[in-house]
Amino acid sequence: MDAPRSFQEIILRLQAYWADKGCAVLQPYDMEVGAGTFHPATTLRALGPTPWTAAYVQPSRRPTDGRYGDSPNRWQHYYQFQVIIKPSPPELQELYLGSLAAIGIDMDLHDIRFVEDDWESPTLGAWGLGWEVWCDGMEVSQFTYFQQVGGHDCRPVSGELTYGLERLAMYVLGADDGNAMPFNAPDAPIPLTYGDVFREAEAQYARWNFDVADTDMLMKHFEDAEAECARILSQPHDDPRTGRRIVMAQPAYDQAIKASHLFNLLDARGVISVTERQAYIGRVRALAKACADAFLETKAGGAAA
Amino acid sequence: MADLLIELFSEEIPARMQARAAADLKRLMTDGLVEAGLTYEGAAAHATPRRLALTVQGLTDRSPDTAAERRGPKADAPEKAIEGFLRGAGVSRDDLEAREEKKGTFLYATIRRAGRPAEEIVAEVLERTIRDFPWPKSMRWGDGTLRWVRPLRRILCLLTREDGHVVVPLAVDGIEAGDVTEGHRFMAPAPFSVTSWDDYAAKLKRAHVVLEAEERAEIVRAGMDNLSFAAGLSVVEDPGLMAEVAGLVEWPVPLMGKIDDAFLDLPPEVLRTSMKEHQKFFSVADRDGRIVRFVTVANRETADGGATILDGNQRVLAARLADAAFFWENDLAVAKAGMGDWLDKLSDVTFHAKLGSQRERIERIAALAREIAPAVGADPDVAETAARLAKADLASEMVYEFPELQGVMGRYYVAEALKAEPSLAPSEHHAAIAAAAEAHYAPLGPSDDVPTEPVSVAVALADKIDLLTGMWAIDEKPTGSKDPFALRRAALGVIRIVMGHGLVLGLDEYLLQAFIHHSGKWKVTSSSKVTASRLEEELYLLATRSSVDESTLVSSYRELTSQSPIDHAAFRDWLNAQTAERGEDFSNYDDYILLQANVSDRPDLLSFFHDRLKVHLRDEGVRHDVIDAVLTGDRTDDLADVVARARALNAFLATDNGENLIQGYRRAKNILEQAEEKDGVEYSFGADRKLAETDEERALFDALEAAKPALDAAMEAEDYAGAMERLAALRAPIDAFFEAVQVNAENEIVRRNRLNLLHAIREAPARIADLSRLEG
Repeated sequence: MDAPRSFQEIILRLQAYWADKGCAVLQPYDMEVGAGTFHPATTLRALGPTPWTAAYVQPSRRPTDGRYGDSPNRWQHYYQFQVIIKPSPPELQELYLGSLAAIGIDMDLHDIRFVEDDWESPTLGAWGLGWEVWCDGMEVSQFTYFQQVGGHDCRPVSGELTYGLERLAMYVLGADDGNAMPFNAPDAPIPLTYGDVFREAEAQYARWNFDVADTDMLMKHFEDAEAECARILSQPHDDPRTGRRIVMAQPAYDQAIKASHLFNLLDARGVISVTERQAYIGRVRALAKACADAFLETKAGGAAA
Repeated sequence: MADLLIELFSEEIPARMQARAAADLKRLMTDGLVEAGLTYEGAAAHATPRRLALTVQGLTDRSPDTAAERRGPKADAPEKAIEGFLRGAGVSRDDLEAREEKKGTFLYATIRRAGRPAEEIVAEVLERTIRDFPWPKSMRWGDGTLRWVRPLRRILCLLTREDGHVVVPLAVDGIEAGDVTEGHRFMAPAPFSVTSWDDYAAKLKRAHVVLEAEERAEIVRAGMDNLSFAAGLSVVEDPGLMAEVAGLVEWPVPLMGKIDDAFLDLPPEVLRTSMKEHQKFFSVADRDGRIVRFVTVANRETADGGATILDGNQRVLAARLADAAFFWENDLAVAKAGMGDWLDKLSDVTFHAKLGSQRERIERIAALAREIAPAVGADPDVAETAARLAKADLASEMVYEFPELQGVMGRYYVAEALKAEPSLAPSEHHAAIAAAAEAHYAPLGPSDDVPTEPVSVAVALADKIDLLTGMWAIDEKPTGSKDPFALRRAALGVIRIVMGHGLVLGLDEYLLQAFIHHSGKWKVTSSSKVTASRLEEELYLLATRSSVDESTLVSSYRELTSQSPIDHAAFRDWLNAQTAERGEDFSNYDDYILLQANVSDRPDLLSFFHDRLKVHLRDEGVRHDVIDAVLTGDRTDDLADVVARARALNAFLATDNGENLIQGYRRAKNILEQAEEKDGVEYSFGADRKLAETDEERALFDALEAAKPALDAAMEAEDYAGAMERLAALRAPIDAFFEAVQVNAENEIVRRNRLNLLHAIREAPARIADLSRLEG
């Protein structure tokens, strides 16, 4: 396979590869999240017995990683490519290696390693075992067999792959400065680099995240999201308007996602002490667990219709 | 006879678990086979990232037939009893044999068990081994229920005999055992079948898999040495890293890469940490010990001789080191400005919500280090300065990025700060102050050295004592296996430092100081553990110092605090109202009460130290009852003294004199206590030699008299071994005394005198230990 020439070509090839392997290629979830795992297509669909397979790009935000666009390899907004297959197929490692070949990594010249790395998300009440995958000493993906999500055992187990797209692309494209890597084709009529697309916005968000965001307001929003999540879940399952059974797991989960992101923003402002931090994480986890409980009451979650 | 070959082929097994897993496989299989009646000549197990392999040689083909006899009920027992016996033994009525015995005729059954073929036993034991395998962490995958460390893909299980081999029939969760395995994931992925252990080992090697971890390590070692020798360099030894690397590859290929010159000015610890922790690279040093190259161990050979792999690794390292260099530059600027920015920043970093910020903790440690300094031979000013600077690096960018470098970076940054602002401390102390930034964390593990510099010792003790007293004050003590603040390690650290330097240190005094430093921090809350009676006691004291009438104070207090929990705020307001007109102010009431509350924490914390000391001395071979025995008296907070007494007593007890003296002591004590109980008095009046009637009695008087000056001198000099020797000299006269003298004489005066003499025997060792706590 010839080498891709741009950031977007890597995304397109990954999508084409996993589409070819039977995944539903979804679009990003339309909310601010810290990682691709937060997409309901992973967090919620990993629960319950129903088979599932999806691949998608997820723009993700980690306010503390903001560097005003000056860092060659850190941004507060970045992309993850996420694959989830339930139950995990026996040949998942081989499928994964195929995806590396698809983006131009020649297995005969490179050194690919599966290095122990257990994954845990304290805010999602989730954990799994797996590896970080190294290509010539560079971590290019996270490979996880989900064991628990939202406090529930995963039966069957989902296999989850997460590619950190910027780092992977820099490696494949041979770029030492991520901002300089081509976003579209270098010979396009209007060639754009990654920096052309994001650098200015990075500076703006860094300033807002670190110094300007109104922390009192963020805390208020956090509490609002928490309260709304609980209120949604406390509604009776039977909808009085339609007379149908409608468990609102996903609208509630949206509020959990919101709370999680607001916590990240507060954390970036440095207004959360070490001990408070644990308490906040516990509050978000409680929301995620409640949503997971609710999802298992839905048809998609395996409840009898 | 057969040879057994087992391979459990899975997705990548974590490096740190491989050696243990191979040993467990060998143990569980061979134990299981032997238990089922097979025997074998030898066994060996190996692990690679993708497989556990076991070979068992000379395994017997069948377990032996067995016959066991069982006695049943009497022949004339009720039918029901006989039927029950037949069911239990699994035999029929005709198989029973009746035997005449003294007590009647009994029925006997012979239970015969036919031997079973090795195939059957191996299948059974292997399935059990797989299902119950003791992985530290295991998982499920797909829609299966089996647990393994990572998905288990193949089971290979063969019995090889002279006439060929058979696959042992076995299936675990849908995985059928076979004779097929796979080679290296990339270099030889095609599956192949094997017929025996030799065939397996040979084919694996051809398929680019080195089965034995030690052989992989040897290949790495030899390869690294060749590469570095050719360049006139040498590899920095790292056995831990070697073991890990050997568990990450099946076909090791060491490659040596360059470190960009731009990074060679970074502290070597930074280079090593970046390379080892994150990349698993070995460091390669030049003749001056500077790290100038690295070795990475690839898992394969490539057509370009590893050029692409090495280039990638160099780029990853360069990116990491560029980050590190950036942090280093930024940090140096702050350090050279005296580190004030960091200390300010630490005011905003919470150490613990109830114990304040890191900055406040640093101030407490500085004050305590100053107080400890004289006892450890350090200059108080210098110790205080060192403590104030020792943790500044926690706010540095480098330590934020590489937390494992805390202290190490501190040493560099403090040195820079002192260079830039020499007036912070006399220049002859600069080196010691910088060293304390790193050394005050020690000892971290049981094999870690204790700090030696007096300044480091003072800061290290202050750091640990502040942590312990703080956590005690807010009730965050370790429970069971939970010790999130590593308080056991901190206490053991104090013990090892004290023992290591033979420091004479009344720990209790410093615990008190540390509690006082904490007391300004917390506020009295309704959950405060101050008890009503404790408070009341303190109130009398308060009353004597204030102009409030004592009885008014206490009765009003009782009224106000009749409900639980105590409403301290209300009481304080009342107290101020009472005294306002006289110009008294109880605004420091909170501190006062809390300080009193912590009076009770000190003995509790001290006994925590004693528990750690017991564990530590037990490892040294000191009997636990010996430690209990010396943990009496009023000097138990002087740990060096406790240890000296424990060691002396322990050594003494190992001698004949010691054992016999204890017997004599016990005898004296028992007789004395019985008499004291019976008479209701304490016989502690000095005995009088004039009243002695027998030679043995007088000899004992003389011996006690003679031993006294030397004993006192030895005790004075804290020469406990010497003191024990003096006591040992009493053994013969004591034995002779008990041999010849009846303590409970008819004559009451003689009897009392003898009891008073026993008292002298009982008290002689009291300053060293309470011998009654010894077992046996």
